[in-house]
Amino acid sequence: MNKVSNNKAWWLVLPVFILVAFSALIPLMTVVNYSVQDIFGPGQAYFVGTEWFEEILGDERLQDSLGRQFLFSAAVLLIQIPLGIGIALMMPTRGKRASVCLIMLAIPLLIPWNVVGTIWQIFGRGDIGLFGWGLNQLGFDYNYTANTGDAWATVLLMDVWHWTPLVALLCYSGLKAIPEAFYQAAEIDRASKWAIFRYIQLPRLKSVLVIAVLLRFMDSFMIYTEPFVLTGGGPGSSTTFLSQTLTTMAIGQFDIGRAAAFSLIYFLIVLLVSWLFFTAITHLDKQK
Amino acid sequence: MAEIQLKSLAHSYSKHPSGAEDYAIRQMSHVWHNGGAYALLGPSGCGKSTMLNIISGLLQPSEGEVLFDNVKVNELSPKDRNIAQVFQFPVIYDSMTVYDNLAFPLRNVGMPKAKIKAKVDEIAAILELGEVLHNKARNLTADEKQKVSMGRGLVRDDVSAILFDEPLTVIDPQLKWKLRRKLKQIHEQFNITMVYVTHDQLEASTFADKIAVMYEGQIVQFGTPRELFESPNHTFVGYFIGSPGMNLIPVQRTETGVEFDGLPLHIHPELAKYAETSTSSNIKIGIRPEFVRLSNTPADDSYECHVKYIEDLGTYRIVTLELGSQTLLARIDEDQVIEGDTVHIGFPRQWLKLYIDEFLVEGATE
Repeated sequence: MNKVSNNKAWWLVLPVFILVAFSALIPLMTVVNYSVQDIFGPGQAYFVGTEWFEEILGDERLQDSLGRQFLFSAAVLLIQIPLGIGIALMMPTRGKRASVCLIMLAIPLLIPWNVVGTIWQIFGRGDIGLFGWGLNQLGFDYNYTANTGDAWATVLLMDVWHWTPLVALLCYSGLKAIPEAFYQAAEIDRASKWAIFRYIQLPRLKSVLVIAVLLRFMDSFMIYTEPFVLTGGGPGSSTTFLSQTLTTMAIGQFDIGRAAAFSLIYFLIVLLVSWLFFTAITHLDKQK
Repeated sequence: MAEIQLKSLAHSYSKHPSGAEDYAIRQMSHVWHNGGAYALLGPSGCGKSTMLNIISGLLQPSEGEVLFDNVKVNELSPKDRNIAQVFQFPVIYDSMTVYDNLAFPLRNVGMPKAKIKAKVDEIAAILELGEVLHNKARNLTADEKQKVSMGRGLVRDDVSAILFDEPLTVIDPQLKWKLRRKLKQIHEQFNITMVYVTHDQLEASTFADKIAVMYEGQIVQFGTPRELFESPNHTFVGYFIGSPGMNLIPVQRTETGVEFDGLPLHIHPELAKYAETSTSSNIKIGIRPEFVRLSNTPADDSYECHVKYIEDLGTYRIVTLELGSQTLLARIDEDQVIEGDTVHIGFPRQWLKLYIDEFLVEGATE
């Protein structure tokens, strides 16, 4: 058979190429470009090589911020994934009650980020916020603007409230997809509730859990608006996460070269950790 | 092991059944004796699976009682009834190995490891799963999966009964035959009550000692394959069992017996008496194609009849005949010669069955 060589076919790929170029390649390369220069103003840019990267990797403030960020994401995953699975398991599977539960769950997901921050900012206040006032009345010395622990707890609680429903909804759809026959077989095989969860439900939730873990990791790792509105990163810098540090650097201090280098490292960390999660979960029981 | 008794059982999937047609199982009673190999035979939608699920406890009957060894078990779960069931489509726990699948029902009740291993190895050997025993179950072929599915029922040799819900549907014919033999073998070895649901009469008669034929939510006959063949209790059994099914001729009462299209039929005098006293207008005469006598020469009690066509099925032939307005089938040996398109047929009296309101009139056996 003669292979027909028709290079014009490449033109068909052009629209995709243009799209990807504008949506990803060009912005990314701009950042790469900035990250190797020191820019004082228009036309005043000097090539500095890897200087910014070296500086950033040695910056203690950023290291602290990165540590806080990992701690926060770990806490988010450890709380939201099991809680989401638990909620999904407890939800009714059909009828009116199922619809009501679904709507109730979806409400937090529909609220804009900054509104979520504002809600909790007020909710947690000791003078007019029901939550803060309530805790104070019960004798707890709760003050999220002054107390590091309280600030962390409030930010976490807010994120759990905002995003656990997403995990629950994903798991709920995963559970709904399990054929009734499996439960019948398990009942016949005398499986306990735990055995049903461990050997039937959990393995079949794997694919939705991959999505849930990845989404929750990426989102929590890049969190910005809610803590910014709630605590402004304080008290001190105790709830200042990476994206807030980055924004301050890029827009507040207009330190574009440093911020670009920082962005790239940030991006690579998200990519790397997501890849680790994905590989770990999908290879969990790949062996024969 | 247990004797399973169904007492005035009925089940409807609707909450407020209004008529007989709302019932998947119409009120019936039945006993599955301890240690028997039974088949539950019937067309799709006749309530076979419903009955199986009621016996196993996956379904609560809306009326009546299920008794295991005379103890009412209506409220008990399948676990407490200690019953095994194999489903039509293989259910395997795909994150586990074949071994773990087979061990699952035993581990769930905390059986010691060594005993589990012995049981699993024994069943894996019978089902020829030894080679794939430590593979992940999800990588198996369809029939291996079904074998695993069956194996999970068979490892439990202390069960009250094992129920099979058309377990060989997804399996290819060659292996089907082999697995049926294996099941029979297992039954003989362990003597567990087995109920095997199928819509295939051949499958039913090769597996079971006794077959229950189900029709419109009721067991219409319970008997050996021979009984079902020779004296079907109900016109449905006549039609459903046998290949082809029984010839059923609607007839009218006369002073001396019955007739159709003006042709008198010579039934047993005792049956004629029944027909005479019956008030029903739904009277049928049934005769199996195997018992229709065909000849090229007329006899005293024969009818002249037009041959529509003959189908050659290899070892035998099916002759389609026209008698009056009725179309009849006869099954003849391959070597019987039929000349021209007219034959004389006869109905041996002992094989002429009388059905009033679709049920067999008994009493006349020669």
